[in-house]
Amino acid sequence: MTKPAHTTPQHPEPEAGLTRETTGTSGPAGGSSAAQPGSTVGLERLSMRQLVFRRVTSNGLIMTGGIIVVIIVLLTTFGPMVISRGPLELNIQDRLQGPSGDYLLGTDNYGRDLLSRVLHGARVSLFVGFAVAILSTVIGYIIGMYSAYFRWADAILMRICDGFMAFPAILLAIALMAVLGAKTSNVVIALTVVFTPYVARVVRSSALVVKEQTFVEALRAQGASSNRIIWLNMAPNVVSPAIIQATFIFADSIITEAALSFLGAGVPPPAPSWGNILLDGKTLIFNNPWMTIVPGAAIILTVLGINLLGDGLRDLFDPHTGKAVRKGGGRK
Amino acid sequence: MLSYIVKRILALIPVLAVVAIVVFSLVHLTPGDPASVMLGPNATSDQVEALRSEMGLDRPLVVQFFAWLGGALTGDLGYSHFMGAAVTSVLMEHLGPTLSLAILAEVVALIIAIPAGIIAARRRGTAVDQGFMAFSLLGISVPSFLLGLFLMLIFAGWLGWLPVAGYRGLEEGLGTHLRYLILPALALGAMQAALTARMTRSSMLDVFRAGYMKTALAKGVSERSRVYKHGLKNASFPILTVVGQSIGTLIAGAAVVETVFNIPGIGQLIVNSVERRDFMVIQGVVLMITVSYMLINLLVDILYGFLDPRVRLS
Repeated sequence: MTKPAHTTPQHPEPEAGLTRETTGTSGPAGGSSAAQPGSTVGLERLSMRQLVFRRVTSNGLIMTGGIIVVIIVLLTTFGPMVISRGPLELNIQDRLQGPSGDYLLGTDNYGRDLLSRVLHGARVSLFVGFAVAILSTVIGYIIGMYSAYFRWADAILMRICDGFMAFPAILLAIALMAVLGAKTSNVVIALTVVFTPYVARVVRSSALVVKEQTFVEALRAQGASSNRIIWLNMAPNVVSPAIIQATFIFADSIITEAALSFLGAGVPPPAPSWGNILLDGKTLIFNNPWMTIVPGAAIILTVLGINLLGDGLRDLFDPHTGKAVRKGGGRK
Repeated sequence: MLSYIVKRILALIPVLAVVAIVVFSLVHLTPGDPASVMLGPNATSDQVEALRSEMGLDRPLVVQFFAWLGGALTGDLGYSHFMGAAVTSVLMEHLGPTLSLAILAEVVALIIAIPAGIIAARRRGTAVDQGFMAFSLLGISVPSFLLGLFLMLIFAGWLGWLPVAGYRGLEEGLGTHLRYLILPALALGAMQAALTARMTRSSMLDVFRAGYMKTALAKGVSERSRVYKHGLKNASFPILTVVGQSIGTLIAGAAVVETVFNIPGIGQLIVNSVERRDFMVIQGVVLMITVSYMLINLLVDILYGFLDPRVRLS
């Protein structure tokens, strides 16, 4: 398992610097049109927004990844409402059909509509990915911030994180699922345990750099409490590496959930998830390859979209990081 | 050098302690009594009691932990009731196919990744470079079990070139052995190839920027010698690290790929054990793979120290 990319924390955003420049140049101009000071403010705001907008839209990775993710989220949200057949509806006489006008993507071995199952499965897969990304980021943030600030906490917490990171991710996930039992909520718990240390590590290493900055020393000299310094002053400077890490964990969780369900240790049937549709399709791979191709393509497209988005966000937040350095998470 | 090695080994001890505690706790995390969960709903209370005392579950946790740890250190990982054998011997039986698969996957990954990374670095910014990098992003986004299913569908199903699934040991000849293993190895190695190619590319680019490369150019050293002798040699340390780290990932990843191709290795063992809730085997597999992964990384670190004095001094 490769270690997650270490991103340096944000220095004051470049946009802010650019805005200040805009204000400077608009100064004399503002003097000539002093009658409408409001318009200058409006102009400044607009230009800042435009700058952010331009930086986002000119980033090909974010745009491509973002469009893919938006399409998938829309399909997942509205798709199941449009499809008339439920994901569990059996039509035994129509089993193992290829795509047709009746069943757009064909049917599985119980005659269930594959399109409906993949769309409903998307809800499960995206829910797991999103829940794990949020939970592990929040918990990892707390662990990472305290580790960075208190030396004694660092010694204990980071040894524990190292211990958890020593396990190959998929293996720890399988073992946790074995003891917890196959259930969607347990998948979220198991994957959160697996991925939290990766966030903690990234947050810690970024926060350590922030901690060395003068403003932290100044706050301490003023007698600000540790929690105040950590959460009000240091934490906001570590947001962007944590968001980038969360994006990659989102993608990794979707892959790992699919792998767990494919092994029969994830989302239990009959509820559809991309992984257990693949499991059903495995023995029938030559009878009905659609059961493998469709959920497989859904996983690849989703993960690719999220990874592109993550790469793009990293370039946007921190242009200095080499593109080649990237986390490998719990890759199977 | 000796102090460097000692330092690396000492750094490993707390991590090993955490690993041991986590693996030991696995059994106790089960909702309910592990013994009755393992035996299923049809077991009599006498049977459950017998298993409880055999697993030592009736003793205090601390005693259980040290008894288990002592056993693990001496190679005794307990007894599997489902397999009717000691966990260690069950593990050894299943190790061969997994090691074969992981090694072949690593070889496949390196054969693809090193040339791809070098070419991409030499033609930095060109369409070739972007093509390779796009391909590697795809490699990272496709989980190995999915790639395995697709490869099976194409090469075994539609083209019929290779066997669909199964495993033939080395004793049936190297050709047969490889014919059965090549698809799983490709599936497993692809992600590794993508990661290694990215690392090769970036560390080659770093080396190309170094002053001695300019000196070599000025001296009139041939292109080939510059890229391979000066370049690759110096770029090989980060690549070596990625390879070292990948061994554990590959062995764990083999678990999923083995299920796709019905290979009777460690992966299949753990999947079957999850189904049977055979906690002793799960504990054993997780501990063995994780510890060997750590030891391999330790070896890589030490090797690193041997090859590059800067590492052991920092």
